[in-house]
Amino acid sequence: MTITRHELRQGKLSFTIWTVSIAFLLMVCVFLFPEMKGEMKAIGALFSSMGSFTAAFGMDRLNFGTLTGFYAIECGNVLGLGGALFASLIGASALSCEERDRTAEFLLTHPVSRVRITTEKLAAVLMQITAMNLIILSLSLLSMALISEQIPWKEILLMHLAYFLMQIELAGICFGISAFLRRGSAGIGLGLATIMYFLNLIANMADRAEFLKYITPFGYCEGADIVSDGALNAVRVAVGMVFAGCGILAAYLKYCKKDIH
Amino acid sequence: MDAISIRQLTKYYGTARGIDQISLSVAEGEFFGFIGPNGAGKSTTIRTLLGLIRPTSGKAQVLGLDIEKDREAILSQTGYLPSEAVFYSGMRVRDILKLSADLRKKNCRESANQLCERLQLDPSRKAEELSFGNRKKVAIVCALQHTPRLLILDEPTSGLDPLMQKEFFDILRERNAAGATIFLSSHILSEIQHNCTRAAIIREGKIIACDRVEVLARTNAKRVSIHGTAELGTLDGVRDLKISSAASTFLYSGAISDLLAVLSQGNIQDLSISEPDLEEIFLHYYSD
Repeated sequence: MTITRHELRQGKLSFTIWTVSIAFLLMVCVFLFPEMKGEMKAIGALFSSMGSFTAAFGMDRLNFGTLTGFYAIECGNVLGLGGALFASLIGASALSCEERDRTAEFLLTHPVSRVRITTEKLAAVLMQITAMNLIILSLSLLSMALISEQIPWKEILLMHLAYFLMQIELAGICFGISAFLRRGSAGIGLGLATIMYFLNLIANMADRAEFLKYITPFGYCEGADIVSDGALNAVRVAVGMVFAGCGILAAYLKYCKKDIH
Repeated sequence: MDAISIRQLTKYYGTARGIDQISLSVAEGEFFGFIGPNGAGKSTTIRTLLGLIRPTSGKAQVLGLDIEKDREAILSQTGYLPSEAVFYSGMRVRDILKLSADLRKKNCRESANQLCERLQLDPSRKAEELSFGNRKKVAIVCALQHTPRLLILDEPTSGLDPLMQKEFFDILRERNAAGATIFLSSHILSEIQHNCTRAAIIREGKIIACDRVEVLARTNAKRVSIHGTAELGTLDGVRDLKISSAASTFLYSGAISDLLAVLSQGNIQDLSISEPDLEEIFLHYYSD
């Protein structure tokens, strides 16, 4: 656990900034809800009449006037994008940062196997993502209680579960990529998360692009689907977890054989 | 038993040469020097021994263990001092030393404190605030604190002031006397000549000489200096000729009788013939 502990300590500042930022934005959104609810008639009509833009964010199928509908859209953009960026970023830098910062020589000349380094670094990534999601979920629930709204437990928990799984998937894929990288990990991580986000928007707008939902993890995070189905799309989640598994497997295979510079 | 035994070790980075068919053995307890200019393959050899990079072909054993199969067992008994020490940002010296000891699953606090004191290193400083020389000291403590059986040092003295260099070599000699094997890679010949018993010379990825330091220094070349004039142009085996108004000096590797014949024809007031030092040998090995 020495390496995991060290990784967590090294990532503390970045973790704190991301968690506080996402939680803060999410809470601000929730606190805006009571005020928005009153004006919802007008806004709802506006939001649902913006054509494909409306469809892109799933606003054609959600009722902006309910906390669930409001949260599904706000949450989808704040936690969805923020969490995805954070997960991709830490995944992509996990293995490559040692070579980028030229500390690889220090770490790898100690008697620790490459498998152990990979495992402990992966554990640190997963622990940070888990901790972040638990903190954000608690603060989000707290803020809902503070505005005295009935908490739609099932929908909220399902949505947060979906975002958590999405972050695991992105982190897993980026972790695999990071084993191949020496530098430039941040760009690749952020780029991947952004592309996945836009793929989902495209899939929402065009019926012919529906298959993209199986490629991007945002496909199973769609608030509108979760609320109307009352469940996650198991096939899309399963495909996503296979992607994550492949990424992690690739990381082990590559990192254990890699020449370290 | 050999502390290091390398057989036909080759490493190519794509098509670029790292090292080519290197064979070398270092006995346990030896103070061994590894000399060569930058880019000759010193670091490649060391990095391969430590398992940072995989050899293209060939075999090597460290402390009787295979470098590819027994990496962790080798590393647990080895201390490595990199030529350029880089540490995690935001960490204090004390935390780095603790991290290094934890990764070895050892408690080295006492020996770390002693080493910090001898090297005048303040463990409460932050790593990124340290000068190059002080970062080097951190790396030295990391390499030594767990009292390894084998020490691999890659250009250890760069950045250290002369007093620190002396203290550092004192520590190394103590460790060596206590039984540790020392593998010292350097391009500073005096360091090798003053400390090592045996040395290998590497050039363009190949070992071109490996012997006791005195033997390396005792090739057939002699350092000749003469006061006076002589027709040196007719002599074979003259190198590194320096002529000033008072004296001429050169490295001579031809027959001594030819030298004496030429000198006796000239007008010589004074003459000295001595063993060249390693620096000159180095030129000798690298001049063709």
